Amino acid sequence: MSKTTGSTMVEKILATHSGRERLSAGELINAKVDLALGNDITAPVAIKEFERFGLDQVFDPDKVVLVPDHFTPNKDIAAAEQVKTVRRFAEEFGIKNYFEVGRMGIEHALLPEQGLVGPGMVIIGADSHTCTYGALGAFATGVGSTDLAAAMAIGEAWFKVPQTMRFEYEGTLPEWVSGKDLIIYTIGQIGVEGARYRAMEFTGSAISNLSMDGRLTMANMAIEAGGKCGYVQPDKITFEYLKGRVKVPYTPVYSDKDAVYEKVFNYNVDSLEPQISFPPSPDNVKPVSEAAGIKLDQVVIGSCTNGRIEDLRAAAAILKNKKIHPRVRLLIIPATQLIYRQAVEEGLMSIFIDAEAAVSTPTCGPCLGGHMGILASGEVGLATTNRNFVGRMGHPESELYLCNPAVAAASAIAGQIVHPKEVVK
Amino acid sequence: MILEGKVWIFGDNIDTDAIIAARYLSTVVPEELAAHLMEDIKPDFPGLVKPGDIIVAGNNFGCGSSREHAPLAIKGAGVSCVVARSFARIFYRNAINIGLPILECSGDLSTIKSGEDHLQVDLDLGQISHIESGRQYSAEQFPPFMQELISRGGLIEYVKARLDQ
Repeated sequence: MSKTTGSTMVEKILATHSGRERLSAGELINAKVDLALGNDITAPVAIKEFERFGLDQVFDPDKVVLVPDHFTPNKDIAAAEQVKTVRRFAEEFGIKNYFEVGRMGIEHALLPEQGLVGPGMVIIGADSHTCTYGALGAFATGVGSTDLAAAMAIGEAWFKVPQTMRFEYEGTLPEWVSGKDLIIYTIGQIGVEGARYRAMEFTGSAISNLSMDGRLTMANMAIEAGGKCGYVQPDKITFEYLKGRVKVPYTPVYSDKDAVYEKVFNYNVDSLEPQISFPPSPDNVKPVSEAAGIKLDQVVIGSCTNGRIEDLRAAAAILKNKKIHPRVRLLIIPATQLIYRQAVEEGLMSIFIDAEAAVSTPTCGPCLGGHMGILASGEVGLATTNRNFVGRMGHPESELYLCNPAVAAASAIAGQIVHPKEVVK
Repeated sequence: MILEGKVWIFGDNIDTDAIIAARYLSTVVPEELAAHLMEDIKPDFPGLVKPGDIIVAGNNFGCGSSREHAPLAIKGAGVSCVVARSFARIFYRNAINIGLPILECSGDLSTIKSGEDHLQVDLDLGQISHIESGRQYSAEQFPPFMQELISRGGLIEYVKARLDQ
């Protein structure tokens, strides 16, 4: 077959994993998976389904990762029972990448940090934010528990090869503007189904200069635009991040110059303001200036979206020598144990505690309304998390706004949503 | 297979937190999940929905999290089928994987009265009839691979057959 046009990174990765020379968008394939992930909510359903196969082993115990991070440390007896199911399964099937509380971090911060993710891999996770690993040039996508059960049995998953949308961000990000703002701005532009079933390729000078933490935040929220995955092609920043960390074999893959994109978007970011997602949808996005004055009861800094060290540093830079507003509760949740320790060593924890924030051990906790900071009816929250659907952080009559860590910290001090420059003068 | 049931209409972008809130995810039992189906957006729904009923929705049904508890809760309530203009992708694959019938239909179903009117759905032909008006709608055809998954009763049965080979 003669080659007529080029392929995108995702088409190439899926082709090599399905034994095909090349693939086109729309084809249905079975692909080998290099890593299959579950958590304390989704793995129990997967384990129940897996047991129907009657197998005494998983396809490869080193390629299964189980992270009890959602309702842990166990919030109640039911949660404890679910984690027990996962723990026993890990023991029985020799899955050494089971991360117990104390080693546990929020899965999508933990896996890259632990060197389990590399470019060119196919990763599925029974968690929608599995798309995070696209930041490292992997094809990574969220699936359901039954998909995880099947992958644990045969090491494969079925996919429709997605069309790819290319997002070009040119220019220099202003102060206090981050990867979070780029992604929620994009979701605001295209809507929560703007990239439904699509791969989202992030590129341009603003991405070339964006840190790995910022890229992880962007790829993490591809799902909020309906995306199958979001990715950045491997570059200098990727390889610096992987150095001394990555424990798995990997092969970087790049989109061809003549790859076919369904659509190309161009954004200039030179004058982008910090962005806010208004309730009740991540695509209800306005610049922070239009959110100014919204009074807050609780602010959360953490989650798989924004609980990394760079996020904590951004918050600490604003909170230093300040106290939060007396009406506001500020919860700060480092995403992993390593990030937690780094925050201690860098003196960030003292800043948070002196500012009268509550600091928690790693957990998804309040992000999905699980525990550790649930909103009452009528309360208003601001969070660095990823979703603000009705009832997402608690009572169906609470409201949640989404933002970057600097805006969250500044707003906790002001007691209302503000631009960080209003607090740091 | 031909299904017939009372219709419950929902709008666009019904997310998985709306279908089943995270605070109820400490169980994997479909019937227990069903007791809270759509509770945060329609609190009386768990008491109203009856086995055989059909959910009709707009665009991007099931967006948000990957929780299979969402289609499980719908199945647990005995809902026979979900018809939507479009589905979010993880919900789409979850429904097919667990054998919850879903149909994508671009026709305008908005005039159908929620909680009163009835639909007849021919899953094999993708034909949808509004009983009260007699109007007919066509659903999208599934590709052959998905038809095979559906006809085998879901992904577990499909993989079992492969393991047996």
